[in-house]
Amino acid sequence: MLTSVRNALAAAMAALALATTAAAPGQAAPAKLAIVPAKPVIHIENFSFTPPKITVKAGTTVTWINGDDIPHNIVARNGAFRSKVLDTNDSFSFQFTKSGTYLYFCGIHPHMVGQVIVTN
Amino acid sequence: MTEEKEGLERRELLRCMAWAGTGVLLTVNSGIPGSIGLEQAIARPALTGFSFAQISDSHIGFNKPPNPDARATFAEAIAKIKALPVKPDFLIHTGDVSQLSRDNEFDDANEMLRETGVPTFFVPGEHDVLDEGQGAAFLSRFSPKSNGKGWYSFDHKGVHFVGLVNVVDLKPGGMGSLGPKQLAWLRRDLHGLSSSTPIVVFAHMPLLTIYQPWGWGTDDSEQALKMLRRFGSVTILNGHIHQITQKIEGHIAFHTARSTAFPQPAPGAAPSPGPLQVPADHLREMLGITSASVTSGRSALALLDSTLSN
Repeated sequence: MLTSVRNALAAAMAALALATTAAAPGQAAPAKLAIVPAKPVIHIENFSFTPPKITVKAGTTVTWINGDDIPHNIVARNGAFRSKVLDTNDSFSFQFTKSGTYLYFCGIHPHMVGQVIVTN
Repeated sequence: MTEEKEGLERRELLRCMAWAGTGVLLTVNSGIPGSIGLEQAIARPALTGFSFAQISDSHIGFNKPPNPDARATFAEAIAKIKALPVKPDFLIHTGDVSQLSRDNEFDDANEMLRETGVPTFFVPGEHDVLDEGQGAAFLSRFSPKSNGKGWYSFDHKGVHFVGLVNVVDLKPGGMGSLGPKQLAWLRRDLHGLSSSTPIVVFAHMPLLTIYQPWGWGTDDSEQALKMLRRFGSVTILNGHIHQITQKIEGHIAFHTARSTAFPQPAPGAAPSPGPLQVPADHLREMLGITSASVTSGRSALALLDSTLSN
């Protein structure tokens, strides 16, 4: 479980490094930045998803990290994904390849809901 | 009308005692509730009929603050059951046996419960259906002869017991769920029973909405309650919220039990329903068991909550 967190962190660091490179002086920073694959992370804290709603480009991998002392999981309403149970500090990643609105919830505590909007 | 007024006062009293965490003996006689204090109850334990004990939310495997070892507090709860003045005929575990549905968590709980020397009837909590088979590991161990996802009923000395499952196939944005299949089964199960049959229903999540923003209720419980209203004495035992709440509605008495692992905040009293952090020397005051006595021929059920600290 620690490994998965470490991997998620490593991925985030890599994305940050790419972003830094892209934003180097003398380059067309905004245009370059737009094509850098972001590695958004959704934190689970206090029985809620933060941020509860994000918009990403198709092809983006989104990672959820459970910061609660209670296990949670991530279930897409349309069946596109269903994580295993995430204990404290466990993470789950999913690559969104198709555009659309993905509503998801915690299958254990269904009052916890969120959405990922995927654009082309 | 005097009766109704008295009932309300008792209800208020029960609520106050529940929130104070005081041990209380709740008697339901033909649907009319009454209560006496814990000390009086201990002074006269000679109830006839039979008794059983409820244990809930053992969360075997939980090891975070405020409880570094949920196995140890579960063992204390088992010891408390073994020390009851009247040996219970059986136990009811109202779910969240395990923290993460792991085989060793289930096996340890099972082994510890066997020490009581009496059978345990189980229903799963949401923590017990986290395996790949979404409850298969729990069902194969704890209720192999049940219907659907684990619901069943049995009769014991004139009382009809019904175990319901409201922790699977949950709907986004919702609370607990019984589902149409289980409700249809319940209708068939209750059909033909005399209205004077005392009924005990047990399920993990409350069948009464305690606090919707935290999912503390069951979306379709009203459909089950509708079927139960014709009976003269119905007691509903739940867990999930790790604290005592009691409510009487007509002939139906609702009761939620303490956990043996960790307390949770009062509804809405914290940003989330996560474990309530309490000092180590106060933890056992907030954990406990419930024992129930049934007086034969009087449709009476008495519930006694006690903590691990007394």
